[in-house]
Amino acid sequence: MSNIVGIEYNRVTNTTSTDFPGYSHNEDFSWDVNKFRDTMDVQISHLDDREANFDLIHIDASIANAFRRIMISEVPSVAAEYVYFFNNTSVIQDEVLAHRIGLVPLKVDPDMLTWVDKSLPEAERFTDENTVVMSLNVKCTANPDAPKGSTDPKELYNNAHIYSRDLKFEPQGKQLDSFAKHPVLPTDPDILLAKLRPGQEISLRVHCILGVGGDHAKFSPVCTASYRLMPHIDILETIQGEDATKFVKCFPPGVAAIDEKGEAYIKDARKDTVSREVLRHPEFEGKVKLGRVKDHFIFNVESTGAMTPEEIFFKSVRILKNKAEYLKNCPITQ
Amino acid sequence: MLKSEHSHTNHTKDDTFEQLLKPVYKGKKLTDEINTAEDKWNLLPAFLKVKGLVKQHLDSFNYFVDVDLKKIIKANEMVLSDVDPEFYLKYVDIRVGQRSNSSRIDMLPPHECRLRDMTYSAPIYVDIEYTRGRLIVLHKDVEIGKMPIMLRSNKCILNGASEETMAKLNECPLDPGGYFIVNGTEKVILVQEQLSKNRIIVEADEKKSIVQASVTSSTHERKSKTYVVTKNEKIYLKHNSISEEVPIVIVLKACGVVSDLEIMQLVCGNNSSYQDIFAINFEEASKMNIYTQQQALEYIGTKVKTIRRQKLTILQEGIEAIATTVIAHLTVEALDFREKALYIAIMTRRVVMAIQNCKMVDDRDYVGNKRLELAGQLMSLLFEDLFKKFNNDFKASIDKVLKKPNRAEMYDALLSINVHSNNITSGLNRAISTGNWSLKRFKMERAGVTHVLSRLSYISALGMMTRISSQFEKSRKVSGPRALQPSQFGMLCTSDTPEGEACGLVKNLALMTHITTDDEEEPIKRLCYLLGVEDIGLIDSASLHDNYGVYLNGTIIGTARYPTKFVHQFRILRRTGKISEFISIYTNIHQNAVHIVTDGGRICRPLIIVKNGKSMVASSHLKRLLDGKLQFDDFLKLGLVEYLDVNEENDSFIALYEKDIHEGITHLEIEPFTVLGAVAGLIPYPHHNQSPRNTYQCAMGKQAIGAIAYNQFKRIDTLLYLMIYPQQPMVKTKTIELIDYDKLPAGQNATVAVMSYSGYDIEDALVLNKSSIDRGFGRCETRKKTTTILKRYPNHTQDIIGGMRVDENGEPIWQHKSLGPDGLGEVGMKVESGQIYINKSVPTNASDSVLTQSQSQYREAPIIYRAPEPSHIDQVMMSVSDNDQALIKVLLRQNRRPELGDKFSSRHGQKGVCGIIVQQEDMPFNDQGICPDIIMNPHGFPSRMTVGKMIELVSGKAGVLNGTLEYGTCFGGSKLADMSEILINNGFNYSGKDMLYSGITGECLQAYVFFGPIYYQKLKHMVLDKMHARARGPRAVLTRQPTEGRSRDGGLRLGEMERDCVIAYGASQLLLERLMLSSDAFEVDVCDKCGLMGYSGWCTSCKSAEHVIKITIPYAAKLLFQELLSMNIAPRLMLGDVFQS
Repeated sequence: MSNIVGIEYNRVTNTTSTDFPGYSHNEDFSWDVNKFRDTMDVQISHLDDREANFDLIHIDASIANAFRRIMISEVPSVAAEYVYFFNNTSVIQDEVLAHRIGLVPLKVDPDMLTWVDKSLPEAERFTDENTVVMSLNVKCTANPDAPKGSTDPKELYNNAHIYSRDLKFEPQGKQLDSFAKHPVLPTDPDILLAKLRPGQEISLRVHCILGVGGDHAKFSPVCTASYRLMPHIDILETIQGEDATKFVKCFPPGVAAIDEKGEAYIKDARKDTVSREVLRHPEFEGKVKLGRVKDHFIFNVESTGAMTPEEIFFKSVRILKNKAEYLKNCPITQ
Repeated sequence: MLKSEHSHTNHTKDDTFEQLLKPVYKGKKLTDEINTAEDKWNLLPAFLKVKGLVKQHLDSFNYFVDVDLKKIIKANEMVLSDVDPEFYLKYVDIRVGQRSNSSRIDMLPPHECRLRDMTYSAPIYVDIEYTRGRLIVLHKDVEIGKMPIMLRSNKCILNGASEETMAKLNECPLDPGGYFIVNGTEKVILVQEQLSKNRIIVEADEKKSIVQASVTSSTHERKSKTYVVTKNEKIYLKHNSISEEVPIVIVLKACGVVSDLEIMQLVCGNNSSYQDIFAINFEEASKMNIYTQQQALEYIGTKVKTIRRQKLTILQEGIEAIATTVIAHLTVEALDFREKALYIAIMTRRVVMAIQNCKMVDDRDYVGNKRLELAGQLMSLLFEDLFKKFNNDFKASIDKVLKKPNRAEMYDALLSINVHSNNITSGLNRAISTGNWSLKRFKMERAGVTHVLSRLSYISALGMMTRISSQFEKSRKVSGPRALQPSQFGMLCTSDTPEGEACGLVKNLALMTHITTDDEEEPIKRLCYLLGVEDIGLIDSASLHDNYGVYLNGTIIGTARYPTKFVHQFRILRRTGKISEFISIYTNIHQNAVHIVTDGGRICRPLIIVKNGKSMVASSHLKRLLDGKLQFDDFLKLGLVEYLDVNEENDSFIALYEKDIHEGITHLEIEPFTVLGAVAGLIPYPHHNQSPRNTYQCAMGKQAIGAIAYNQFKRIDTLLYLMIYPQQPMVKTKTIELIDYDKLPAGQNATVAVMSYSGYDIEDALVLNKSSIDRGFGRCETRKKTTTILKRYPNHTQDIIGGMRVDENGEPIWQHKSLGPDGLGEVGMKVESGQIYINKSVPTNASDSVLTQSQSQYREAPIIYRAPEPSHIDQVMMSVSDNDQALIKVLLRQNRRPELGDKFSSRHGQKGVCGIIVQQEDMPFNDQGICPDIIMNPHGFPSRMTVGKMIELVSGKAGVLNGTLEYGTCFGGSKLADMSEILINNGFNYSGKDMLYSGITGECLQAYVFFGPIYYQKLKHMVLDKMHARARGPRAVLTRQPTEGRSRDGGLRLGEMERDCVIAYGASQLLLERLMLSSDAFEVDVCDKCGLMGYSGWCTSCKSAEHVIKITIPYAAKLLFQELLSMNIAPRLMLGDVFQS
């Protein structure tokens, strides 16, 4: 079977992977480490502290998907879980504000904390090892120096808008040293949390703990982690002249081009969004075949900022490895 | 290139106006060329700016307060005494809210009335003139009661208030007003639809070959109905107060038309076929030897049913009947019955016409034959009744005083006027708060006139203001009044009607409608004569039917020799503003009549005038409109636009679009989407949907949770649902902008994948993404109010609020955990089931006087929170109500995230419950990594045919990619082809279908999935409010069976059908357990000998314990036996052994 997923006008064909033992009499698809080592490839095309774009090539969809799933829901990260209100005279309700604070991504290395034992009574549950404490104490006052005639609340009042940067880290015990170099901060300082008017006040304390995305989306270290398959375009018959121009227009810029002979050719299939626009026009019927490479995954990992995307990916690999190890050591398997 | 076309441009112009026109449709700038065909819709926001959606209520109330009240006072101005002929009291003037010398209105702000359970009302002041001894005294500003004030009417303090003042008064600037606040609840007087008064309606029953013309005469004093009916092919007059039908010829003779020839001329004119039909009627009169007016009157006099104090002669009775009871709305002066004779003759002629041609009958359901009764009219009826009663009571009390022979001092009538002022106040309040309109004069008893304004969502409140309820019985199975009438076009919404029994009877106004108020008849009459109408009094009977008759409000006032010219000239006068724009004139060719109508309650709508094949509204006008130089009323004054009511609309030739204008077209529609009302206007692309779907959405839009008003957090309503993060829809309509739904939305734009997933999505169930819910999708808040009044008792004791109780450690006990030191819940605290949030105590003894009581003792009567989920205390209000008792309101808030079983709906009548909540990583994702928020099963589409929903998805997706809000306006909106083009340009498939990867296997899905944003509403039906289960619990006292209903923690009934199943299955022991052991098993002592029940092992009838056996029977059975015993039936239990064969 070809390893190209067929992209047809109204269906997708050849989607499942078939290279597993026992699928076919003719071929032995048993897994071979050496073969895998030779063919498996990683190509990094873009990397910064918030986003990574890399290709995993010659690897099964189940493995690639496992990484994706683990990155979304199983790589631990730190987020606000308990919010203690001392005073809240603003219009926003306690529960809503707590929910908003919970969703603020924090720049904490999750390895600095241990897991909270939720079976313990609340008084003993939080220690300097497993909890980061933040506080928010703001009071809105009228700004006496406000320009005359201004209607902008930001000018008229002090602290009219409460942003995530107003959450202040309160190091506890050992944290004074351990977090000295990397104080806990929201990764994005400009997330609007609440709006106040003179006389209103918010005073609260937040306990941030370790958690996984599966429990709540706020613990997910990625905005999204996903992949797409590498597009593959075959021109079966030459396309020339006006048709060629039209052909090129059917793709996003940079995918197809016209060579010096006036024939359309595929320049960079990777850039294609697979909009299937070519398949809509009768003049290209039978002249072009769209597909996607089944074992070429173009990953895109967007981090919330707590960890670098590569760290998230490595952690996902480690978690998968641990799972495999656990399974291997499981008494049932032996 | 498409991008630039769709980008929005901001412009700064007239502030308030810009609000209405922003964002400019299809990115048109002010400098752009104005195309009349496309831009004439701008007249609609201009119309709504002047009129608003509830203007009909406000207009009618304003008319009542400013005009009608004065008329009522005028009609009942004198109060005289039976005792003292010298005495009189005369009402000179009446005002609401204002004293004569000041313009200030002294009223509590409406929001305070809401919070403090008071009535938003203003004092009614009258100026009176009366005699005190020999003096005539004029007294100003006497308060005779308080009038509930309609919000935003011209007596309301919110009238013309700026947004800033509204904010200061804690009012929402988007609130439409048009309702009353009575005892703290918002009450709407629904618009009532009824058959028009004082008009002839001709109906035929073809089976019984009966033709009848009827007219309901309605005056201030009475209501009566007069019929002209056929019976055995002869024509009679029928009236409720005349005991039998009177031959029509006799009636006409009684009216002074004595000559048979003249009768024939009046009824039939020269038409010989009419003459043939009518001729038979003369026979009866001559058989009875009735030839003169006197004979006729005496004949009628004998038939009259009257109860009078002093007897009249038969002749006088006859005169009285003709003058006042028959066709009562025509007043007879100086015994000149001519007008009445003509009216009856014309009624007869209509009957004759209907006999000759069965198509000449009227349609009861035709909107032109209907009148809408609004708050003002209903209030005026009520007020007049109360005012009359007030005057009667007043008169009685004056008489009482004046009767006393030797009065020491001069009597001042002013002293007794204030005594009765409470009657008017409480009468008005009671009527509005109960909705029972009982009028003594008309013997009218109408229930359900008012409704509590539904504040479920902004749309539900708005929808209620445009609602029209019909007088027809809901239970009757007639299709006529329920059917969609073609004449409803543009006047009543074609989609918005409830399902079920009230279907088609409850209607809603369309977007661009106006309901008229009464106009003066007299000037119009004079105008007609000036325009060449020949006065009816001067026309001889022979030539009555030669020319077109001119009818003013159904009564003939003359004939027009050149009706076309007359109508034309009349319309010119109206268009130039010389007479009111709401007066309608139309020709009825079948009846040879020109009708001029000035009465109130007609629905009308504005249309562009077309002259000589050209629309009068030119681009220059629209330009000036956009610049703010012209207003809607200027268009009326300039004669570019005019109001047409249903009847005149039928006499016009209206083009839908400018391209349709050709020879003979008289008018042009302003905008076709105004056939829909405010609620149906929310639906994007409704013209692509199957019609019932739009109707379903109209019902569901009112249940959607969203933002209610800008003051929603300041309100303390019994129950309020609010959405935490409401969004304005990606696909808007022009109506949405016009009614400000985008400012107070109720829903969120969910990314929807139309595919099957997991099997938990059958039967319209939805699959929700857990991460979306975590991030705030579908979150809502409920706010529930509890009210307590600290009562005062006659013995000077009163309810008190206790503090909190503490345990040995000084900590409050668990039940009092959320209380503050004052015994009331602390704001922000959580209350769980069983905890107390108002620690009230009531005195144990409230009847004895304090003296006998040593120390006041109290019994705890706390308010305990009982609900499966805890709440938070949002607000605590303490105030004083009307009767000086302390009023405490506590608002409890609950924050809810969507859960299994919560109900959601798109805007296309596609409702569904959440069937499963799925982890984000299990959800399918597309190339960009986007996961759907909702997965909807595709089986929802084929049978429902909601194509509009699909187009909404494509338009929404295009809008998301393009950064614009797209339009799905009815009969317009963003074109699907353009939307597909945007999708293609952004690298998506033109059809809106994406290639998705399975989140579980990681492989591609084998089909493309329709994927994009659809606006979803969360409906108020939530599992948390409905879930119910019980193992053990309370039982009913009488039968000892489990109680019924969730609110009483009741059991779930195994009913008779379920029982039948168990019997059929043969599971007898299960049956025994379900029906007895788990319900009301009861052990009784039965005597085997006598078969009666005893107790404690003793049979009381046999006086022995020998044969007493204990058996278990249902308590209900035991109860039945005892009840039978009490009526002398002795049921005897004959016992046998189960195990004996």
